[in-house]
Parts: sequence; structure tokens; C-alpha cells
Amino acid sequence: MSEQSVPGADGSGRPAGRLLEVDDLRVEFRTRDGVAKVINGVTYHVNAGETLAVLGESGSGKSVTAQTIMGILDTPPGFVTGGQVRFHGKDMLKMSAEQRRRIRGEGIAMIFQDSLSALNPVFTVGFQIAEQFRIRRGMSRADAKKRSIEMLDQVKIPNAKGRYSNYPHQFSGGMRQRAMIAMSLALDPEVLIADEPTTALDVTVQAQIMDLLGELQRERRMGMILITHDLGVVADVADRIAVMYAGRIVEEADVYELYAKPAHPYTLGLLNSIPRMDEKGQELRTIKGLPPNLMNIPPGCPFNPRCPMAQPVCREKVPPLLQIGSGRASACHFAEELVSRD
Amino acid sequence: MTENIIEVRDLVKHYPVTRGVVFKKTIGHVKAVDGVSFDLKAGETLGVVGESGCGKSTLARVLMNLEKPTAGQVLYKGQDISKLSGGALRRLRRQIQLVMQDPYTSLNPRMTVGDLIGEPFEIHPEAAPRGSRRGKVKELLDLVGLNPEHINRYPHQFSGGQRQRIGIARALALRPEVIVCDEPVSALDVSIQAQVMNLLEKLQAEFGLSYVFIAHDLSVVRHLSDRVAVMYLGKMVEVGTEDEIYERPTHPYTQALLSAVPVPDPTLRDNKAIIRLTGDVPSPVSPPSGCRFRTRCWKAQEVCAQEVPLLQIRRGSDHPSACHFAERREIVPTHEAA
Repeated sequence: MSEQSVPGADGSGRPAGRLLEVDDLRVEFRTRDGVAKVINGVTYHVNAGETLAVLGESGSGKSVTAQTIMGILDTPPGFVTGGQVRFHGKDMLKMSAEQRRRIRGEGIAMIFQDSLSALNPVFTVGFQIAEQFRIRRGMSRADAKKRSIEMLDQVKIPNAKGRYSNYPHQFSGGMRQRAMIAMSLALDPEVLIADEPTTALDVTVQAQIMDLLGELQRERRMGMILITHDLGVVADVADRIAVMYAGRIVEEADVYELYAKPAHPYTLGLLNSIPRMDEKGQELRTIKGLPPNLMNIPPGCPFNPRCPMAQPVCREKVPPLLQIGSGRASACHFAEELVSRD
Repeated sequence: MTENIIEVRDLVKHYPVTRGVVFKKTIGHVKAVDGVSFDLKAGETLGVVGESGCGKSTLARVLMNLEKPTAGQVLYKGQDISKLSGGALRRLRRQIQLVMQDPYTSLNPRMTVGDLIGEPFEIHPEAAPRGSRRGKVKELLDLVGLNPEHINRYPHQFSGGQRQRIGIARALALRPEVIVCDEPVSALDVSIQAQVMNLLEKLQAEFGLSYVFIAHDLSVVRHLSDRVAVMYLGKMVEVGTEDEIYERPTHPYTQALLSAVPVPDPTLRDNKAIIRLTGDVPSPVSPPSGCRFRTRCWKAQEVCAQEVPLLQIRRGSDHPSACHFAERREIVPTHEAA
């Protein structure tokens, strides 16, 4: 797991290997009611051309990690209390605002879940895309418009020329999400963070958008961080998966391994609670209880109060995220046992 | 044959679209529900699936008699519910209750859980004598898996899943025969969703409830439903048992919808035959002529633009489908666990 980046190893001209690394990141939210430890040592990376899925339920910290990477964390209440976010090996958390701004859009771009509130309602969709070309690329209005229409065309918006001067509310949900993809890809970023890009969409439209994202990613050899709670979407598109729980990565594995043999009881519980078509009429196997209050995370393993395998050691020692076999890691004291049992 | 508890006949609900402030004039209608018929049998769960804007929630509102239908009827044990008023309507309301989607906005933040669940008893005092109500509320809390001692807490002190349990307890308070569930689990996380689904199944077995279960998540609907109705743009396009719809769908829309559901098994990702629909759902203000799905359908012919396909049993099939060219197609990936 410690390959060094070799520039251009894949012939794409882009450096292979770790493009973006999050290393032992810690974030807390200081509120009137107390301090919520939202991110408690998150480590993951994404390589060029690869899709890393960050899977977790609400409050697991998956979106806050993304906001920290982008430098759009609301401070206050959010404060980074430790760790690094390295892009091409350089810690972005130590950069000046100006340096970070240059990475945003060209280095790392982001797509948000709710396209209606992510787009500015008082400017046309075209203007919002063209703005980037004018400010960052110094293009003339006419050139910027031409490039923007090309972008809209690339994300398969029909009649891109006519749609250029529409406002966001004139687009349907699926079209707005396409427009947002066009906007985030305008400056040809190396890493795209997609935060629940299809959660607000219907299944047939979701399939269209995921196809489009996959296609554009392959064309551009982008690294992609897909943040989602949908185990179905993950199974379709991810290369690797990092599962988050209470601000920690509890398991990281290749997509096939993770679904075949989860190495953390939380992952196992999640997979078991999906209604399976062949188990109709049976009671669903649930994870009992609720996720912990982040102001008061239980001692030891944060999952221990809900875990069917919990032992006394789980209430005392926080299990570190340890390698178990090639390219996979689990933060469970009994990971080896889980993987070796049938 | 079990009796039909609810019969819906040619139900139509149109909302006027107006222009102008002082001199309002109607410039069109949103055809939210446009000719829907189905039966709900006692003790069964009817799943209603469809994408946003297909009229699922409008259907729920009409079933609850919160909206008067533009045309058609909803019959509860033979009585047309839109014609009821006064005491008869109040008696009906005890029998049909609703569980809403959003557990955050559907509970009044200023009321305690005890008041929220006990409110139905204020409206229907005959259901429980005054002195016994607090006891009843505690029983209900226990029934839905909440701590009866939390009766004096406020909604914000509960998580999303717990709030949905409060909503279910409130719907159960009057011991209804039918509960209309409008997307009851779609706002919840996977692990919590499974808990609430188990609760709904347990309560159905215990009280012999009938559910109309409206959702957009096809695997959730399959898990809970005996029969499933698929809606598209205000029309029902296919109805059948869950097996008929999921294993032998004949309507192109059902087939496309099923094939687009992401399957939580990465080993199937390459051998799935996904039918990609192009474009978006047309506006319900001016739906396409003939078959409403034809603008996105790969089978569409001349006849589809001219003739509205009826929801009827087609050749070579065992359940009603509203397609001129209905046929079985082996497209559906196996959703079975590996």
C-alpha cells in the first residue's frame, strides 16, 4: 500500500499514484452545547483514474471530510484540530487562501447533492459556467460562452445553445445535476469529489447521471471520491470503498472483497439490512440502536454499543485501522475472525 | 377471496394552473392522477411505486380524503368517501390513517410526544375515555419500540428513526383498518430503515392492518408488498403480485425502472442489462397523447401516440399491463444475494 507516485507511468501525462491524501484528519464542531468530535483521524487517498467510494450514514463525517478537503468548512463552528490533506504531496491545510483557491476547480472540484441550492438562482446556468473561463482562463465573453456551450454539450444537455441562457429553476433535477457536473469539470480538475450526486434524483435519472460521470472520468483519468450512503450505487461504480462510522474509517477494501467478505461488523450490518429479494417475508436483520452522539462518543470502539460481537476489550481500547491482507484494512479487534469465518 | 376494503374507481385529480393575480384565469391543469383504479384487500399491503411527479402522493391525499377527487370514486367498504360529511366522515377518519415521509416536519415541535400521540383521542373522544388516555399512549410507545417513560419529551430529543416511530404510533392510536404510508422510510439511513420496516410488518401481523405503501425504492416496496402498482405520470401502467411485477414485468417502463435499480452486488455490475431511458418525465400539465410513456419508450409506434393503452391483461401475461406491446423480457438482473 505504499506505492510512490511515478509521473506518467500510465502514459496519460498525469502522475500515477496518490493524487490526494487525507492523513489522520481531525475536525471538531464547537457549539453552544459542547464540542462535537466529527472527524476523529480519517485517512484515505485517491489515485488518478480511480473511484474511491466513501460510504457512511448521516453524521458519519463523510461530507465534513470533503468540505475540509475543499476548504469550504464553516469556521466557526468547524475547526481542523489535526492531520493533513495532501494534494500532490503538499499539505493544503498549510497553504495560503490564494494557493488553495488556485487548486479549487483546476486541481479538485466538487459536485453537491442539492443542485437547486448549489446553483445561484439569479444568474443563468451558462453565465455560471462561463464565469470560470473568464476569471481563471482570462477568456473573452464570446470565447467563454463558446466553451460553456461545449461543456453543456459534453454533459449531454439537449439544445445546449438554447439552454445556455436558462436559469437554474428552468432545468429539471437531472438537468441541473448535469449542469453542475459541467461546471465542476470546466477547468479539467484532477480530482472530482461527488457528494451524494444522485441522492435527490429518481432511479432512471440516477442511472443516466452515474453513466455520464463514469464516462467523463474515464476520458479524463480523473480521480473520483464518491460520497454516498447507497450500497447499490457503490457496488456499481466504485473501485475501492472506505466505510465511515462516527468520524472514523472503520473499513477500507476493494469493492469486490468488501461485499463478499466484510471485515467490520458495521459493514456486515449495513449489508445485512438491505432488503434482499430472496428473503422476502423474513424479518430484516438490523443493526440495533442508534449511531453515537458525537459530543459523547462511547469509550473504546465507537460501534461497540451496537455491535453483536462486542467483547470487554471493545469497551476499553479503540481498535486502530490495521492492514489485514493485501490492500484492505479494518478497525475491529476481531477483523481476522470475521474474515476467516464462513 | 378476501373482501376489498378500499376500491378506487377511475380516480382523477387535476389541479388548476392559474395566471394573474386579480383576474385569475385557469390556463391549464396539472393532471396529477388521471384515471386510476385498484382494490385494496383486507390485511394486504399494496405497494405503489413510481418516480417523482407520477402522482403517488396525490393518490395518498385523495385516499385520505384530504383532497376531493376531480372525478371518480374512492370506496371504503362500498361507501364513497368524498360524499361523506359530519359524523360519518369523522367515523371514516378513524379507519384510515396516514404515516408521512418527513419525520422532522410532520411532528409539531411544541408538543410533547404524549400530546402528539394522544391528539387523535382529543378529536375522537369516543375512542378512549379521558382517564385512560395517558396509559394508552404509553402502551403505544411501547408497541412501536420507544421507552414509555419518554412520554414528556419533545420531538427534537429523538432521532429520525425514533420520530418515524412516533408518527407510526400516532397513526395506530385509533386502531385503524388501513394505514397509508407515504414514503415512510425514505428519509432514514439504511440501518434505521430496516428497523422501521420490521416494525411495520410486526404491526400488520398483530392488528391485521392493510397498508397502502407508497415509495420510490423498489427493493423496499418488494420486501413489504403483496401486490405492487407501478405509476407513471398519473396513470397506473402495471399491477400485479410482487412476483409478477418483479419477475415477469411486461410494461417497458416497469422493465426500465427495475433494470435501473443499483444492485448491491459488485459482481453483477458487468452482466447487468440496464435499459437506459433518455430524457426526463414530461410535464403533467401537457402529458403526451396516447401512451404517456411513449416519448421515452424504445418500442413506441404510431399507435402509441393515438390510442391510450388500457390497463388490462395482455396476451402471454398473467397480470394487467397498460402497453400495446406488452411482453415479457428477461432483463431483470437477479437481485438475489450472492
